[in-house]
Amino acid sequence: MAILEVRNLEKSFGKTQVLKGISFNLNEGEVLSIIGSSGSGKTTLLRCINFLETADSGKITVDGDVIFDSSSEKKLTKKEQLEKQLSIGLVFQDFNLFPQYNVLDNVKLALKVRAKKRPDFKKNKKAIYEEIDQKAKAVIKKMGLEDKMESYPCQLSGGQKQRVSIARAMALEPKILFFDEPTSALDPELTGEILKVIRELADENMTMVIVTHEMTFAKEVSDYIVFMDNGIIAEEGRADYVISNPRTDRLKAFLSKISD
Amino acid sequence: MTFAAVNADLFLGFFENIKLFGVTLIFAIPLGLLIAFGSMTKFSPLRMLTRAFVWVIRGTPLMLQLFVVFYVPGLVFDAHFPGENPRMTAAAVAFVINYACYFSEIYRGGIEGIPKGQYEAGQVLGMTRTQTFFKVVLMQVVKRIVPPMGNEILTLIKDTSLARVIGVLDIIMVAGQFSARGVIWPLFYTAVFFLLFCGILTVLLGKIEKKLDYYR
Repeated sequence: MAILEVRNLEKSFGKTQVLKGISFNLNEGEVLSIIGSSGSGKTTLLRCINFLETADSGKITVDGDVIFDSSSEKKLTKKEQLEKQLSIGLVFQDFNLFPQYNVLDNVKLALKVRAKKRPDFKKNKKAIYEEIDQKAKAVIKKMGLEDKMESYPCQLSGGQKQRVSIARAMALEPKILFFDEPTSALDPELTGEILKVIRELADENMTMVIVTHEMTFAKEVSDYIVFMDNGIIAEEGRADYVISNPRTDRLKAFLSKISD
Repeated sequence: MTFAAVNADLFLGFFENIKLFGVTLIFAIPLGLLIAFGSMTKFSPLRMLTRAFVWVIRGTPLMLQLFVVFYVPGLVFDAHFPGENPRMTAAAVAFVINYACYFSEIYRGGIEGIPKGQYEAGQVLGMTRTQTFFKVVLMQVVKRIVPPMGNEILTLIKDTSLARVIGVLDIIMVAGQFSARGVIWPLFYTAVFFLLFCGILTVLLGKIEKKLDYYR
């Protein structure tokens, strides 16, 4: 069964319709890359799924749980939305790390805030914090940053910052991890280290949706590719096939421009 | 009239300046935050009202506000400030309101200058807006506003001597009493008190800035 189902998603900003009925499915453990030129609606799509924008219409289901449904009378309360938000994670293009916290605290913050709501928090405070500490350290280590735990974001390179932000998202154990152009703010030589991390996550069967301009990477790491053009999905299919055999002129033009 | 005696008298006066300074800071710092929230709220009647209030307070002289706060309650409602020193209380009220309005604009600038991405990061990590504000944004705002707040705080200690227009004792009033008796130098000598006080404040503010300098 699909872990992510998006049905007829539409979104306008003022008079501009950015998403004109987007539908796709993603199976558990698969990687989906969304490609397309600037302004095609890729980022808006990601933001709609992650509650950063509210779609005008459509339906989004994560692991059988409806997280957005425009036809439903009942609006989600803020609390319900936050609960559902936690089933998915988002890595931003420009990291959005918290500058006043060191790497470890950046990763721990959300876990600590959440732990306070546990009914046994007062009783087991020490054990809970210890558990959070272990968990955060493990995920930071996994990102290869064990020697940077105490560093502040301003002391890190772009690639390291992005790895912290992946660690921060992973610490919450999302069912799906979304990436919004994770390498666009990086120097070309730093891009590789992020792609490597994502590749490793893919090898561990992490379900991921990646908005990217890295065509070679997309082809190699993803199972499925969606090509967006002007608010619609112009082409989609198995990754290697779509990129090697573009059917539409739009995708052909896009691919030739990218490879230049 | 010995130098030491003049110093002792001037210091008694300056102590009143420091009192007004302290009370103003203690109340205006949190009140300013409330006003800042009011001037940023999405509920437009409250926002307009708050902004209009800030405009009036920032748009009229503090001296005039001192007169209004001290005299108007008595003239209109026949109400007077309670306590041993109603003049000081009235001055404190006027100063707190005036400075809270200036502070609120500094806070507003600080809060609005925080990138939207910080709130979005908080949200996708499952934190509420309030949690994100207190756990993530507030510290960054504090760092941003220390220099402009420092400016206002230095202005405040000097402004406190304005309170003598409604009869609050202060160092310049004391010095004026010397002048009336033909001893003019204490009036100019008061500058030393202000300079020393501002010097200490500058060092303290510098320390705070340095303490917050561990991140960018």
